[in-house]
Amino acid sequence: MKGVKPNMTQAEILDLYFLENRARLLEVASFLDRLDRGAEEMAGGEKEYRHAAFISAVELLLYPGGARTKAIQLNFSDLSSEPVASALGLKATGAWGGGREGH
Amino acid sequence: MKVIDPHLHMVSRTTDDYLALALGGIHTVAEPAFWPGFDRSGVASFHDYFRQLTVTEPARAARFGVRHFCWIGMNAKEAENLELAREVLAIIPQYLDRPTALGIGEVGLNKNSRNEITVFEEQVELAARRKELLLIHTPHLEDKLKGTRIIIDILKNEPRIPPERVLIDHAEEHTIGEIKESGFWFGMTLYPDSKGSPARAIDALEQFGPDRLCINSSADWSVSDPLATLKCANEMRRRGHREGLADRVLYQNPKEFLSQCPKFTPA
Repeated sequence: MKGVKPNMTQAEILDLYFLENRARLLEVASFLDRLDRGAEEMAGGEKEYRHAAFISAVELLLYPGGARTKAIQLNFSDLSSEPVASALGLKATGAWGGGREGH
Repeated sequence: MKVIDPHLHMVSRTTDDYLALALGGIHTVAEPAFWPGFDRSGVASFHDYFRQLTVTEPARAARFGVRHFCWIGMNAKEAENLELAREVLAIIPQYLDRPTALGIGEVGLNKNSRNEITVFEEQVELAARRKELLLIHTPHLEDKLKGTRIIIDILKNEPRIPPERVLIDHAEEHTIGEIKESGFWFGMTLYPDSKGSPARAIDALEQFGPDRLCINSSADWSVSDPLATLKCANEMRRRGHREGLADRVLYQNPKEFLSQCPKFTPA
């Protein structure tokens, strides 16, 4: 696929985007700290599926190679191919719950 | 600059937004039929809605020099009610005949259920029979990849639907490749919370190129921004992309896709 060459050096990209992404990173850190302060709801320290998916997505941020965004999208996705029997009562939550009720 | 927003739900916006569109250079919009945030009680509600799309909105837009087109279809969310969906399908052709209706849309999948697939397949059959353009809604969030793949399979199995007459919308980083490889147009939606930002849209443009790409705001009743396409153009300028590239993606591309319907005449 023919892309469009970016017109910016890494230094220029940092000049333009560093501060806003530094702020986003702190928001994520603060969100994870908030989760840690929250009361544990699941037995045995197991994380709720969205929490677990979020942690694995954060780990993907450290992978080099320029395909982190796609990897994180796949991390949150339902990778099955079978249609669901009915959509009644189902809603999108942002992370695949593995066929949990209401998801 | 001139911009066409090929996916904008003006029934959910104030008249002030039409003024803002006009002042910003967005003089042509196309509005797909969609879910209003609640399930409608019967087919009469769809009659009213399709009349709003084909009569009321073009008139409201014209006051500000904005040209308003629409898509007619049964959205995926309400398609779970198969009985209602089939009643709606029966009334769709009379609205497709209206002078500003460009094709069938936005139709597709929401939770990838069997009923949604049945109703989508019946609308694909209608599009094939009538030689209509198709605007496809792909599911949100974790359901998007699976739904996009099911949609692509259905469309590829219908030889009467040329891929260049289909725009698969709400594409994101994990679905763009498969959509483009199959020959369809792809839409990227700028939606603050649940879809893409201007920065991510331009990242995708840099990686996948401008061919068959349309960028839209999909502004509706939720947290959304009818001027998002202009912010995308600004993002391109910040990165030093040439003005011609913004013109191509935000005006020429949607013009090329929509002009396949002879009823489309952009401002």
